[in-house]
Amino acid sequence: MSRLGQPRSLDDTTAWRGAYAPYDLVKELCTAIGVITLLAVLLTVLFSSPDDRPSTIAQWSRQMPVDFATTVTAELDGTSGTAKYGPPYNQNGPGQHIAFIHLQKWLGVSHPINTANDFVIDPLKSIPANPAVHSAIAVYLAAPANNQAAWTAAYAKALEKASAGADGTVTVAAGNYGPVATITNSLLALAQSGGLDGDLLTSRQFYQTDYTKPLLFMSDGGLLAERAQAQHLLGTQWGMMNETGSYPGQVWLWLYTLPYQIEPFKSSTNADALVMLVMGILSLAFICIPFLPGIRSLPRRIPLYRLIWREHYRSDHL
Amino acid sequence: MAVQALPPEKLLPDSQPTYVASWIYVFGVASIASLVVIVGSGVILSLKGPAWWHATGIGHFINGIHLWAVELFFFVMVVHLWGKYWMAAWRGGRTRVWITGAVTFLVAIPTALTGYVSQQNFDAQWISTQAKDGLNSLGVGAFFNVTNFGQMYSYHVLLLPAAVVGLVIAHVLLVRRHGVVPPFVLDTSRVSPVEQTLAPPDADVRYSGGASS
Repeated sequence: MSRLGQPRSLDDTTAWRGAYAPYDLVKELCTAIGVITLLAVLLTVLFSSPDDRPSTIAQWSRQMPVDFATTVTAELDGTSGTAKYGPPYNQNGPGQHIAFIHLQKWLGVSHPINTANDFVIDPLKSIPANPAVHSAIAVYLAAPANNQAAWTAAYAKALEKASAGADGTVTVAAGNYGPVATITNSLLALAQSGGLDGDLLTSRQFYQTDYTKPLLFMSDGGLLAERAQAQHLLGTQWGMMNETGSYPGQVWLWLYTLPYQIEPFKSSTNADALVMLVMGILSLAFICIPFLPGIRSLPRRIPLYRLIWREHYRSDHL
Repeated sequence: MAVQALPPEKLLPDSQPTYVASWIYVFGVASIASLVVIVGSGVILSLKGPAWWHATGIGHFINGIHLWAVELFFFVMVVHLWGKYWMAAWRGGRTRVWITGAVTFLVAIPTALTGYVSQQNFDAQWISTQAKDGLNSLGVGAFFNVTNFGQMYSYHVLLLPAAVVGLVIAHVLLVRRHGVVPPFVLDTSRVSPVEQTLAPPDADVRYSGGASS
């Protein structure tokens, strides 16, 4: 390092009146495109790209029938994650907020979901010529709310010690479950047949692209989380920046996933809103670096510029 | 007016100041090159439809190029941004150059996210069910639903790439208009004691400062 002095403190940038070197912008761009293409092709040939098959409700109900039945019971009695979520799906939860700012609540319910009706009752109603199921639904819907709650609570407790048969059925100890056992087992059978995957997509249109209902239903269960854990995709595993398999994921989200690993965000019920707020402020600061005292001066104080422009300073020095 | 602001000799120069001589300058053009490869492979994927790459070898290959070009894009763009930070590249009326570059990086993040949730595989299922919570917490989920494949696909193949490409064009035009930021002008009267200690014994202070000197 030579003794070149320090940069002047003010913006000393003036129009360049020094020497110029020949430059071909088009050639440079074409070369860069060629190199990047070559690199992308090489990486593809060497490592390909991940494509883990999606989970289906049929797969979930066959592989984890007890978990499926437990989730169905929670959807029916309104205790599942989606049932208690709040906006934009329902009004059953307050949503997250930052101090007095309740954006989630203020923007309201845009994708209404009643988990009991949408995930359980309506798909079962679509089964033709099944009087036992239709009767069970009628009994459940006609019962007082406290009866419904007592049946689902008893059945949920029984499911904690349930066992799954080789044929995919769920066996629980005898108890007073009202029509809940019939409803849950019927939906389990429908799901195992593959019918529920389609039912949750059904709307007034023939063509479908909105997977909100099946995805929310599946995320209330354990299959997606189990697969995610095995692939290091959980939030506690810095999963936001990971990818299935050993592929690099969205590494650029490291700063976004960092607060989730530390307090006070980690245990906050408003963690998502708080992290989004922090990232919003940091993003704004990033854009406004030229205006931020201290941050904008660091490049002058830490002489990395000497490394970047070492040829320039060396030639001027000589 | 436009030609006055950006005459051909500035838009497509055949020479550059001699200080533009460092590997760090490669990362700017590498970012653009990566974007070109992303758009090119993305166009092929969209021409064949969102399910094509799952069922064919060539589709999977093109998807691989798309994915790795995205990884390269973010890598070279981050290096480019760090390089420009340490050059304080907003100097000399170049604030808008910095702002368009920073906003491009920030817009590229949801562009990538919408791609991830449009993959129609387990990755898309998991990412969409997790990302919804962050977006919903600020009310964004009311109009931007990551579990709606159709909406995300539209954002990914048209709206957000158009925004990124538009920002990159604006960024490049601003760079061409203002030129590449020159090095700091050094003031030899302010040599720090640390530098004097670190300087080799035969070093001589002859640099007089001034970019044109």
